[in-house]
Amino acid sequence: MGTTESSIVDSARARPGLLLVALLGGLLLVDLAAKLAGLSVGPVGGALSADRLGSNLWNGVVIGLVVGLAGIGLSMTYSILSFANFSHGDLLSTGAFTGWGVAFLIAGFGDVPVRALLSVRDAGSASAGEVGAHILSTPVAVLAGLVAAFAITAAVALALDRAFYKPMRDRDGISILIASIGAALVVRYAIQFVYGSDRRGVTASVDASNLAFGPLGLSVNAHELTIVVAAIGLMLAMHFMLQRTKLGTAMRAMADNKDLALVTGIPAERVVTATWIIGGGLAGASGYLYVLLRGTIQFDFGWLLLLLIFAAVILGGIGSVYGAIAGGLVIGIVFTTSTIWIPSDFNEAAAFAVMITMLLLRPEGLFGGVSTA
Amino acid sequence: MTDASSSGDRDAPADERPESATAALLDAAKRSDLGLVLGTLLVVYLAATVLTFADGLNSVVGLMRTLTFLGLVYALAALALNLQWGYAGLFNIGVAGFMALGVYTMGIVVRSPDPAFGPPGFGLPLPVGIAAGMLVAAVVGLLAALPALRLKADYLAIVTLGISEIVRLFLQSSAFDTFLRDSLGVGTGGGRGMGMPRNPVRDLFLVDGQAGTPTAFGELVFGVFGEDALGVSNSILIDWGYIAVLAAFVIAFYVLLERLGRSPFGRTLKAIREDELVADSLGKNVDLIKVKVFVIGCALMGLVGILWFGSQGNVSPTPQFMPLLTFYVFIAVIIGGSGSNTGSVLGGIVFATVLFEGPRRVGASVRDVIDAETPPSFADAVAALDPTAFLAFATDNVAPLQFILLGLILVFIMHRRPDGILGDRIETAAAVDLSERPSGGETDE
Repeated sequence: MGTTESSIVDSARARPGLLLVALLGGLLLVDLAAKLAGLSVGPVGGALSADRLGSNLWNGVVIGLVVGLAGIGLSMTYSILSFANFSHGDLLSTGAFTGWGVAFLIAGFGDVPVRALLSVRDAGSASAGEVGAHILSTPVAVLAGLVAAFAITAAVALALDRAFYKPMRDRDGISILIASIGAALVVRYAIQFVYGSDRRGVTASVDASNLAFGPLGLSVNAHELTIVVAAIGLMLAMHFMLQRTKLGTAMRAMADNKDLALVTGIPAERVVTATWIIGGGLAGASGYLYVLLRGTIQFDFGWLLLLLIFAAVILGGIGSVYGAIAGGLVIGIVFTTSTIWIPSDFNEAAAFAVMITMLLLRPEGLFGGVSTA
Repeated sequence: MTDASSSGDRDAPADERPESATAALLDAAKRSDLGLVLGTLLVVYLAATVLTFADGLNSVVGLMRTLTFLGLVYALAALALNLQWGYAGLFNIGVAGFMALGVYTMGIVVRSPDPAFGPPGFGLPLPVGIAAGMLVAAVVGLLAALPALRLKADYLAIVTLGISEIVRLFLQSSAFDTFLRDSLGVGTGGGRGMGMPRNPVRDLFLVDGQAGTPTAFGELVFGVFGEDALGVSNSILIDWGYIAVLAAFVIAFYVLLERLGRSPFGRTLKAIREDELVADSLGKNVDLIKVKVFVIGCALMGLVGILWFGSQGNVSPTPQFMPLLTFYVFIAVIIGGSGSNTGSVLGGIVFATVLFEGPRRVGASVRDVIDAETPPSFADAVAALDPTAFLAFATDNVAPLQFILLGLILVFIMHRRPDGILGDRIETAAAVDLSERPSGGETDE
């Protein structure tokens, strides 16, 4: 943007939409400050406690990390395979169901029939309390479930690639996009067929699972803390993989310029395989963590989350891994703090509106299309 | 496909001799669009008769009614989408949202200001409501199109999907309902939905739509086909009356799109689809043309929403206008072959009957034959180690299997036949046949 005053005026004239969005954002910030101060001038201001803002922001960060983690895989498939993968949301569901099946098996083995455990309480009549899966009471089961979610979803993603996407590697993005809609239907309804269609509780409730941070006015759930630690850990692992390993370099090269990467002798198919394993695995892990956050599971939750993940990825600049993480945080915070101004019916709509505005004003994303992989 | 040849023309060129009688029939069917559509319908009717003939004529006609209705509304939706995607290459996956806008606007405009139950409306006549529904869908389409059409195709897809979800969330919201009631005195009904105004076709058969009082026309129809004569129930006969209206709309859409496709405007559209840069270089205003076609398509989608869901008694946002509806329409267009209007009609009929209704009916029929208790869950069905029990579970839960089948078909078509059933037809952008050499030496221009 401009460094002198005249160029700011020029750019405002050239991009009236950007000016409008900046004005609106400024107005919301002023309103937020007035609300926190308890002032009220006409329609502006009102009352909002710092505690509520703090808990909104914290919830936004937690959701944002899960969405950002899911966005990494979507972003990788977009940059390396050049198509918008509509079956990505259902990979989240895959990870959640298979991962929680394993977690249940470890947490409730012996007390509850195995078929009720592996089917995440679809069969049998065991309650979530009887299985007793919780990070404080059965930490090993919850962590083993996370690992299983990663591994099984990676295998499913790889199988989908071999069966559906590999034969059409050289086709245009829209054709593969349509095929991915087909793949999404297959995965989602296979899950419904196997695990049933009803929404059900997963985690048990444990006393004293809330950790209060007095001075910040925050009450942090043990599961939220687990999610933050696990998501940041996976993101850091991803960062080191991309920056320090040969595979990461090859991935970044493929994302940057495919032809050049091929000419330099990068084994394209091996990079694609790694993309599906990592991207699919992270999607499965984030689906598993999302269920840990919400406490309930349903066969199509991943699909319903897909548009939010797209919003995050587009916000950060589609194709960029770091952008996906940042976009996830922004979308998560928009999702939870928008309830300060609008009814909670519309918080999802607000996130989509942010995505659409971003696409219209700055389609290259927050980071100006710097493609880091 | 036997019927296809009787209504189709048989002027196969002499130089390519068909190998067998069936090949000749198929050949003739391929040449005649109407024959192809009617032949497909006939095959569907035959299958419906085989499935239900044991239950009497009323069931047969009732199943045919359901299949024809679905086939026609999917054909209408597919035609509208074909204009945007097949002609101009605009990848709009917000079809469900534009349909919802059309039918909800119509409902709000036409509903009585003081209804016995449900949200109030403006109480204006039905034609005003239909025009308003198309207008609102078109205006939202315009607002979306103006900036979004500059984007790449996959971005446009995500934007339109986002818009369709925003529309659904607004209609779902009780806060938005309350806001409308406070400001305009009308409402959407929120999650509970909205009752639709009475179908005028019903008034054709019944005085004031009351069941006991047929009009002169109704008297005649009920007398010939009704319970006392052939045994078909009155409500099914009235539905067939509406199906005739839908068929007229399919023909109207088809003629409109065919004429549009052959006009200079349509040829520019196809040129844009094939190569936007070339169209731009030839001095065509690509952006303006894209906006126009997007808006026309959205208005038609609004009309389809009215014709389809407006006739269903009640609309509610969440089961009906989920993005899945959009994908159904896409599958219909893809099956038929995007770009071909006949393909869209055919794809709509094939999708609705064979892929959408077919598996449910077949599953239910198979379930009736199996003599076993249905296991309560998949895990129980597997643990039973009994193929019969598993089959009973599968046929009782045929809905998810049907979606798996749809997904596999979609992938299969994209792999093997990306141009659809009628994809071998070439939609030329030129007004004259370029493969023929001009006979005279004279050239215009």
